[in-house]
Amino acid sequence: MSVLVYAEHDNATLNKVTLSVVAAAKEIGGDITVLVAGKGCGAVAEAAAKVDGVSKVLCADNDAYEHQLAENIADLVVELAGDYSHILAAATTTGKNFAPRVAALLDAPQISEISDVVDGDTFKRPIYAGNAIATVKCADAKKVLTVRGTSFDGVAEEGGSASVESVDVVKDAGISSFVGEELAKSDRPELTSADIVISGGRGMGNGDNFEILYKVADKLGAAVGASRAAVDAGFVPNDMQVGQTGKIVAPNLYIAVGISGAIQHLAGMKDSKVIVAINKDEEAPIFQVADYGLVADLFEAVPELDSKL
Amino acid sequence: MKVLVPIKRVVDYNVKVRVKADNSGVDLANVKMAMNPFCEIAVEEAVRLKEKGVVTEIVAVSIGPKAAQEQLRTAMALGADRSILVETDEEVQPLGIAKALKAIVDEEKPELVILGKQAIDGDNNQTGQMLAALAGMPQGTFASEVNVADGKVKVTREIDGGLQTVELSLPAVVTTDLRLNEPRYASLPNIMKAKKKPLDVKTPADLGVDLTPRVTTEKVEMPPERSAGVKVGSVDELVDKLKNEAKVI
Repeated sequence: MSVLVYAEHDNATLNKVTLSVVAAAKEIGGDITVLVAGKGCGAVAEAAAKVDGVSKVLCADNDAYEHQLAENIADLVVELAGDYSHILAAATTTGKNFAPRVAALLDAPQISEISDVVDGDTFKRPIYAGNAIATVKCADAKKVLTVRGTSFDGVAEEGGSASVESVDVVKDAGISSFVGEELAKSDRPELTSADIVISGGRGMGNGDNFEILYKVADKLGAAVGASRAAVDAGFVPNDMQVGQTGKIVAPNLYIAVGISGAIQHLAGMKDSKVIVAINKDEEAPIFQVADYGLVADLFEAVPELDSKL
Repeated sequence: MKVLVPIKRVVDYNVKVRVKADNSGVDLANVKMAMNPFCEIAVEEAVRLKEKGVVTEIVAVSIGPKAAQEQLRTAMALGADRSILVETDEEVQPLGIAKALKAIVDEEKPELVILGKQAIDGDNNQTGQMLAALAGMPQGTFASEVNVADGKVKVTREIDGGLQTVELSLPAVVTTDLRLNEPRYASLPNIMKAKKKPLDVKTPADLGVDLTPRVTTEKVEMPPERSAGVKVGSVDELVDKLKNEAKVI
């Protein structure tokens, strides 16, 4: 067996979720090659070469890969797919975007969001918003997997000494182009890797009221998330959504504020170590999964919490 | 232009499914079924494009059991002009569905395919991308805004870091995210009219595709259950518990 891991990055820094994907690759077994595709991504390739357990890094540095357009990246991965038995990517919006294209072009099945490796052919994954865990098996010689980052403890960033090979394959499908992006700027930790997450729901009332969560977050070094209801209502942008179709988080501490606890939200956070719920409705379903529940008006409880931290 | 909207019949999103006692799957007997919510958003987007005069014909398609005709009728009540059911009682998986859809695309030659980014049963998030690859089309996944102009489609995508906009040549595949639109409800007169709209039934054999699953489900289990903890009486007690009992702050 040999595994190709697609590195998640922004052309400057290797995203830590890649360490979790390498951890999944290690459980599968065999040599691990990491592909870094981007533009001006040499530093990322150098970082990937140091990751524990990686035996080789392929660096495809070209204009065509700058914005990770699925059409170009998929064609590149297919070109390099050669003898790899498993092709892995993080279940991020990048991985979810190009990986199924790779699978289809290789006529290989994809298993999405694996949460556990049973053996090289058998994996566990959540279905129905995490209300069931399926153990699935695929005997095909080549398979594509996306990996749920929060389900695997990342390998060490240092310790490896892989060689870096540059790849001069240029795949520009010419059918899609990048127009622009609006990326959230925040000094707070990233939602999916933060130790503490504090999230607000519909109960926050409006976007300005999230300010009280930001204050608490800054004292705790926490990331701030939101329920779908809060995003749909326009309180906060989509990149803050935690849930079945948003981000999956599993911090040490998750504080749900003014969130009722729809199953779609629980799907995104119920693997958190400790869950706190603050809600004025004592019947809210969120209390059924919370380790500590506080029935209170959030506009009194959160500022008080802020003052006591 | 013609738009193809693939849809899926799934468990209603309000239903909390139960795992069968023999761990062979989830219990779908007597459970309310509905159109996958992301597919409703796809139908709505197609209808809005038609209302804007961009789209002239909307064809809904589903691959699944006979009962999926209900969801196709719903799509037609919402504004689809006609529909196709590729009928099969076997389990279907994204790669097989994408192959069947590719065959439909070859027949129908739509300029745009709009479908949900994922179905809320399997949570796979694969079919649109696979179809795009098989059909050699570009893709705009997780769309929160779609603009068709000058033979191209501009798609704003919800990505982990925020929003990204891409421009795709046509024909193209777009997969819908939650914020793309708010689907309308079908009116009674439109539900009545939908009963008279054409619904073609085909078989996978008609399309010459093999839908045999490539991934087998060994077992399905309940996730580790989280039990409710304690209610604390005050913020002071909460801070104390987090510091001294859970030791997480």
